[in-house]
Amino acid sequence: MFPYGNRRHVDPVAGAPALELDLESVSYPGSAAPALQQVQLSVPVGARVALVGHNGAGKSTLLKAVAGLLPFSGRVRICGRPIGACHHRVAYLPQHGEIDWQFPIELRKLVLTGRYVHLGWLRRPSLQDYAICDALIARLGLAQMAARQIAQLSGGQQQRALLARALAQEAEVLLLDEPLIAVDAETRTVLATVMDELRARGRTLLVATHDVSGLAAEFDSAVFLSEGRVLPAAGGEPMQRQRTAAGPAV
Amino acid sequence: MNWLLAPLQFTFMQTGLLAALLVGVTCAVLGVYVVLRRMAFIGDALAHTALPGVVVAYLYGWNLFVGALVAGLLTALGIGWISRRATVREDTAIGVLFTAMFALGILMLSGMRSFRDFTHILFGNILGVTRADLLLISAMCALVLLVLALFHKELELTSFDPLHAQVMGLNPDLVRYGLLALLALMVVTGLKVAGVVLTSALLVTPAAAAALLTNRLPRMMAIAALLAACSASVGLYASYYFSVAAGSAIVLTCALLFGTAWLYRSLWQAGAAR
Repeated sequence: MFPYGNRRHVDPVAGAPALELDLESVSYPGSAAPALQQVQLSVPVGARVALVGHNGAGKSTLLKAVAGLLPFSGRVRICGRPIGACHHRVAYLPQHGEIDWQFPIELRKLVLTGRYVHLGWLRRPSLQDYAICDALIARLGLAQMAARQIAQLSGGQQQRALLARALAQEAEVLLLDEPLIAVDAETRTVLATVMDELRARGRTLLVATHDVSGLAAEFDSAVFLSEGRVLPAAGGEPMQRQRTAAGPAV
Repeated sequence: MNWLLAPLQFTFMQTGLLAALLVGVTCAVLGVYVVLRRMAFIGDALAHTALPGVVVAYLYGWNLFVGALVAGLLTALGIGWISRRATVREDTAIGVLFTAMFALGILMLSGMRSFRDFTHILFGNILGVTRADLLLISAMCALVLLVLALFHKELELTSFDPLHAQVMGLNPDLVRYGLLALLALMVVTGLKVAGVVLTSALLVTPAAAAALLTNRLPRMMAIAALLAACSASVGLYASYYFSVAAGSAIVLTCALLFGTAWLYRSLWQAGAAR
C-alpha cells in the first residue's frame, strides 16, 4: 500500500535482460475487451526499441502495462524483477495530454518531481536533487524557461521538460510514449542527441512511434503492433528485428 | 481605531474572530487543492452529509462534532471508493452519495419531528464559539495544516500528474482518500463558524479568487489565506456593526473579493490583448 520511496531499491538480477514480457492480455479498467494480447518481448540492456503502429494499435497500452499503470495477465520482468520491485529503474514519459498543464507550477518543479522516487514520504528534495535537475534543464536547452509556469511553454519545450524529468529519475529503462509527436525541429534534434547519449550510457529505451521514416537510423529494433497484437512477419515469427553485431538492422 | 478595537472588548468577539481566522485560513489553503483538482462540489457535499451524523449523535447523546465527523469521513471514503479507477466519475459519486446522505438526515429528522435543534449546526453560530470550541478548532486546523505541509509534494504531484505518481509507486487514490478525509475534518470543524452549508464557500471562494491572481502554487495558497483572513475579519465586524448573520457576512465578503479578483483579471487580460 505504501511502496513509494527509497526503501524499495533492489539490485537487478545479474545477466537478466532489461525488459522481459510475456503478456497474455492487458485491459483498461471498466473495459471487458483486452487492448493488448499475446505479446512476447525480450529487450537486452542498452537496446533502443521502437514500438510501431497506428493510433489504437496498442503501443501506449504496452508502455503503460510495463510502467505498472494497467492491470495485465502474464509476466513482466524489469532487470529480472517484477514491476514495483524497484520503481526508480523505470521512467515513463507520457503523452502530452495526460498532464494538467494549467497546474500552477514552474518547469523546474516539474523536473524535480523526477527525483521524488528517490525521496519517498516526508523527505524534501536536497540541494543535490536541485543541482541534478538544473543541469538537466540546461542540457535540454530550457535554462531560460526554468521559472516559467508549465502552460507558458511551447509544445516542444513541454516535451523536453518531461524528458528532463524522466532523466532526473536516473532510470535504467525509459518508456517514451510518442516523444516526437508535434514537436519543433530544435526539440527533435535535442531528443535525438539525448537518446544517443542514453544508449552510450547503457540505458534501455522503449519508444512508441507511428513514424517509420527514421526507424533504421534511430533504433536497434522495432516491434510492429496492430489492433492490440504484435504483427507476425512473413515466416510467422513476431516482426521484431534485433540489432546485429554489424550495427542497426531494422 | 476605536471602531476597530471596540468589538474586541467582548470575549465572544475575540473567540469568534480567532475561530473565523483559523477556519478561514485553513480552509483557504486546503481549498487551493480543491479548486485545482476541480473538486469544488465536494465541500458542499461533505457539508450536507454531516447531517445524518449529527442527528444520530443527537439521538444517542453523543458529541455532535464526532457524529458529523464520522458521517463526513464515511462519505469521503465512499466517494473515493466508488470513483476509484475512474469507473464512476468523481462528480457522479459525489452527487449520488451527498443526496443519499442528506435524504437520510432529513428522514431521521422528520422522525424526530423537530428541526429546531440543528439550525446552529446547519448555519453556524460564530458568536457562540466557546473557549473549548476554540481549542478544538485550533487543534483541527493545526493538524490539517501540518498534514498539508508534510505531504505537500505528494498532493501537488498527484494533482497534476497522477500517472507519474503511480509509476513511482505512489498511489494517487491513497492521496485522494487522505485529501478527502482532511476535507471532511475541515468541513466539520467549520460547523460553528459558518455552518456546514457555508463552510464549502470558505473552501472554494478564496482559493478560486487566488487562482485568478497568480499561477504559482505557494503564492496561490498565501493569497487565498490572506483573502480568507480579510473576509473573516470584515464579515465579523460587519456582523457586529450591522447586526447581520456573521457566517453569511464572511461568505459574502469572500464572494465580493472573488468578484474584485475576477474584474482585475479581466481588465489585465484585456490590457494585455491590446
